[in-house]
Amino acid sequence: MTNCTLRGWKPAALLLALTLSACAPVAAPVVTDPYAGAPGAGGLYPGQPGGSLFGTAEYFRTNVGDTVLFARDQVTLSDEARATLTRQADWLAQHGSFSTTIQGHSDEQGTREFNLALGARRAGAVQEYLISRGVAPNRIRTVSFGKERPAAVCSDEACFAQNRRAVTVVQPGAGT
Amino acid sequence: MFRPLLIALIAALPFGLSPALAQEDDGPLRIEITEGVVEPMPIAVAPFFDDGNGGIMVDQVQRVLTDDLTGTGLFRAIPAEAQIASLDSFEAPVAYEDWRAVNAEALVTGAVSVQDGTVTVKFRLFDVFSGQPLGDGMQFDAPVDGWRRAAHKAADQVYSRLTGEAPYFDSRVVFVNETGPKDGRLKRIGLMDFDGANQIWLTDDTSLVLSPKLSRDGRRMLYTSYETGYPRVMAMNMDTMAEVEVPTDPDTMTFGPRFSPDGRWIIYSRAEGGNTDIWQMDPISGAARPLIAGPFIDTAPSYSPDGTQIVFESDRSGSPQLYVISADGTGEPMRISFGQGRYGAPAWSPLGDLIAFTRQDGERFHIGVMRPDGSEEKTLTESFLDEGPTWAPNGRVVMFTRQTPGGDGVARLHSVDVTGRNMRPLQIEGAASDPDWGPLLP
Repeated sequence: MTNCTLRGWKPAALLLALTLSACAPVAAPVVTDPYAGAPGAGGLYPGQPGGSLFGTAEYFRTNVGDTVLFARDQVTLSDEARATLTRQADWLAQHGSFSTTIQGHSDEQGTREFNLALGARRAGAVQEYLISRGVAPNRIRTVSFGKERPAAVCSDEACFAQNRRAVTVVQPGAGT
Repeated sequence: MFRPLLIALIAALPFGLSPALAQEDDGPLRIEITEGVVEPMPIAVAPFFDDGNGGIMVDQVQRVLTDDLTGTGLFRAIPAEAQIASLDSFEAPVAYEDWRAVNAEALVTGAVSVQDGTVTVKFRLFDVFSGQPLGDGMQFDAPVDGWRRAAHKAADQVYSRLTGEAPYFDSRVVFVNETGPKDGRLKRIGLMDFDGANQIWLTDDTSLVLSPKLSRDGRRMLYTSYETGYPRVMAMNMDTMAEVEVPTDPDTMTFGPRFSPDGRWIIYSRAEGGNTDIWQMDPISGAARPLIAGPFIDTAPSYSPDGTQIVFESDRSGSPQLYVISADGTGEPMRISFGQGRYGAPAWSPLGDLIAFTRQDGERFHIGVMRPDGSEEKTLTESFLDEGPTWAPNGRVVMFTRQTPGGDGVARLHSVDVTGRNMRPLQIEGAASDPDWGPLLP
């Protein structure tokens, strides 16, 4: 696994785009949670206004990648997921004023409460990995939505695969 | 032979209904639910009489009573146009031969009156073939806006006398109402009569709410709310409909709460560091402790009705299965589910004799029942997604959520009897999930 660290880079969008593409062989495609920044009841946290600057939640979401996916019933982090989380940890290392909430989700197969527990486990796996990459534990909270907030709505594996996810949401404020 | 009808007049309590007479011994006419009824018993509900100012309520009460009985799948109502007998009055003798001629096995007669804001519903029940009343006539008084309850109470009596089972029509259900698209679902908690009537909303839909559960007396409710952004156990006083804080740690995810049968404890799921355990709390002192814990998912607990045991869902064996443990958490949990697939969301029957559950086998979901030791497993339903069974207060009917597949998939409440017969959707407006069936009302 190549460590595509962004450490030391100035927050200039153009340069960063080049950097990320240079890391392409191992970097997972950037997956973005559709609930992030959504207005109204579908949105669970406010979006960051103002577009694509490096030091914004919007940048984190669209360029670093806020989402990692899981296999059915699994909480194990894939190589792709680790690459994404490594980028997240690096971004967090440069933005110490941000704290994070990790949202764990499941697909719609399974019962409501078990899926809440499964989502908590996925969020926990991400939390553990980010801490192992140097993010301070007090900057990370976890929450599970179980099967309540699907990213994709069809009822087959194509959608289930997108829904079994953990989303790292960053917000200004250094945590507890 | 006609027997004089005994009707004592009892003043109605402010919110209560007063049965005038206790039920007598059961008559010879009897339908057995546990055998799995294939052919419903034909019964006649004679046109109810207007005993004074009954107005449209006369027909409404008769319809609710008839719907309650036929809705069980155990009875078939002989339509009014096929009935050849006519009664002169509620007290008049019954011409049994006229009811035998239309093959009615049982006959219900009734009368409705309204006075001073009180509706009075009277009924009598007859065994047509033996030509005998089945128990005494009874009357129920209720405030006029509670007329449906008076009808349910009368129907409950008829049901009990004909089945020998405890009644369940005069009961209510809490549930989650769902609106909006699948990827922007709004949820709020509702309360309704068991047949879907009289819906009211207990929460608004500004924050996600899940899995409401009533206390055994129906006067308190527990549920899961995301009001803080994180799942948290909440409570509501059902008399005042006021939210009540539950003293859980606000920095920890808590969900899926239930009261112990005596109302003394709350047990709930608590997730920390990715691991979910079942905790027990004294809601008065706030003292809490892990009850069922370990490095696996333990969730979805349900008490036995005597409060001595808990059935719960755990993946300690590698896949979600059902386990029974002593209610104090001591001893080894005993696995009781060994069929094909994954088991979850158990609900212990109020009779104690069965545990209902959700089973997932491949891509299909089932509601099933088994004995508390895991024996005599029976599958009641099958669909793309059935889950979350809850028991009627008499332990003879199970209500659950059925969700249809696809992007426009919708959740609806269904019920099925304990033999797997009489599967039917609840006729209510809108999508609904997570039913919890409350007690028989006093």
